[in-house]
Amino acid sequence: MKALRYLALSVAAALFLLPFYLVVRNGLVSEAEISATSWTFLPSSVRWENFAELFSDPAVPLVRSMVNSLVVAVLQTLGQLLLCSLAGYGLARIPYRYANVVFYFVVATLMIPAAVTFVPTFVVVSTLGWVSDLRGLVIPGLFSGFTAFLFRQYFLGFPRELEEAARIDGLGHWGTFWRVVVPNSRGFFAALGVIAFVTSWNQFLWPLVIAQDQDSWTVQVALSTFLTAQSINVHELFLAAAVSITPLVVVFVVMQRWLVRGVAESGIKG
Amino acid sequence: MRHGRAFWLFVGPFAAGLLVFVYVPIGWSLLLSFFDARNTVTPTEFVGLRNYADMLTDGPFLSSLGTFSVFAAFIVPLTFVLALALALLVNQISFMQAFFRSVFFLPTACSYVVASLVWKLSIFNGLRSGVANTVLGWFGADPVAWTVSTSPPWYWLVLVTLRLWLQLGFYMILFIAGLQRIPVVLYEAAALDGARSLQAFRFVTLPQLRTTSVAVLLLLLIGAYQAFDEFYNVLGTDRGYPPFARPPLIYLYYTALGSGGQDFGHGSAGAVILTLLIVGVTLLQGRVVRR
Repeated sequence: MKALRYLALSVAAALFLLPFYLVVRNGLVSEAEISATSWTFLPSSVRWENFAELFSDPAVPLVRSMVNSLVVAVLQTLGQLLLCSLAGYGLARIPYRYANVVFYFVVATLMIPAAVTFVPTFVVVSTLGWVSDLRGLVIPGLFSGFTAFLFRQYFLGFPRELEEAARIDGLGHWGTFWRVVVPNSRGFFAALGVIAFVTSWNQFLWPLVIAQDQDSWTVQVALSTFLTAQSINVHELFLAAAVSITPLVVVFVVMQRWLVRGVAESGIKG
Repeated sequence: MRHGRAFWLFVGPFAAGLLVFVYVPIGWSLLLSFFDARNTVTPTEFVGLRNYADMLTDGPFLSSLGTFSVFAAFIVPLTFVLALALALLVNQISFMQAFFRSVFFLPTACSYVVASLVWKLSIFNGLRSGVANTVLGWFGADPVAWTVSTSPPWYWLVLVTLRLWLQLGFYMILFIAGLQRIPVVLYEAAALDGARSLQAFRFVTLPQLRTTSVAVLLLLLIGAYQAFDEFYNVLGTDRGYPPFARPPLIYLYYTALGSGGQDFGHGSAGAVILTLLIVGVTLLQGRVVRR
């Protein structure tokens, strides 16, 4: 029974790892080894020079698009954490006559997935003149009602004694938040931060809509353009894909604990 | 009043952003949906409910809802059952548990674009060199044109397996979190009552996972509703998108922003209809859970 369990898990694990292997395999072989009629699992030779070829190909703006993705993901992660944690704390802890009204104003947006309203958002963002612009890529994604809601739920459970001690020391709401609440909530910030970073790096529909000039492409838009048009060498495309997932695989290995916590928190309470 | 200032200091920036980037777009869209708004966002020709009438009698829009239904009918139950199975398997072992959990979770690091690349050009490549066709070749079968064949519609196999691979680990984590919240005493009591493992699963595990299960089902449904990335990247080419397998967001994308000109009137009406549908489902789910 136990052996059967491990057998099932091992087969599943092999299937789950296969696509990762294929990206790397196809990225490091010659064109012929990808499309050969007698396809083999292990390639006959590995071409490391594909890296040099990829990074020197002027038709593939890989570095530029990776930098764009990185800037967008970092700004979105930090901005979302800042805005949503402040809002969550205010909603959870600061008594105010209209706090309930504001809370419903936030919660109502939870029912509407952002992707469904991409046409309306595009209308507003293009009116602001933010098409093919960093602002258009970053700013609309900062205001996540869901993240603010998760922060509120978390702060509701934050130990009040700590905040009261800070209050006795003469700190106001602002000082209490920055000096006591944030330093004691690093795990929660890390968990939601990793989720925000991964989501931002991998998002596709919004960058596709808004990043119309090649200079503003994120790495997902760049890969997609070459995939649908099939305008570059296939091995270059696979190698570019392998390079594009490397930062996230590193994040996964290093931050897995926070990531798992973030998924569990955001999945269940939603 | 003092509290009012502190409150807005914390909540103000976020609430303002929500207003500008969520409420204004939806309001504007509502307005646009009553106008003829081709290639403009400040239209002048009021057309009443005509855009809505067009969308609701428009074959492609309705068939995009049909495409979503077919997709959801495959992906929701398959992900649910397989993610639960993986969670149970991983949760029962002790040796190498972290390893297996990590492996199943790792695809979450991958974007739909990269997965589409692997599925389209490698695993389900229509040439004899594709991985699936190579395997078929071992059994003497002819290669299959996975992504372009419409009878039978093999592209569903491509799209469903792709999403399964990407999202199974995420839902497995949710189920593991749910499983670990079940008090051990319940299983001990069941064992005392002589329950075998299948009975314990039926009468302890499943009922205790009810909240998690409902959340997972809703997330899966909403996820399928928003499907765009893999359809666009697997089926789209530089010559455009094929006339079949267009889920709602693909259809909206080509209506509102496609190369055939920007039609914000119809695009907005479509967005409003889709929003109302999803809000309806969410509210319905809320009532079911509360009961």
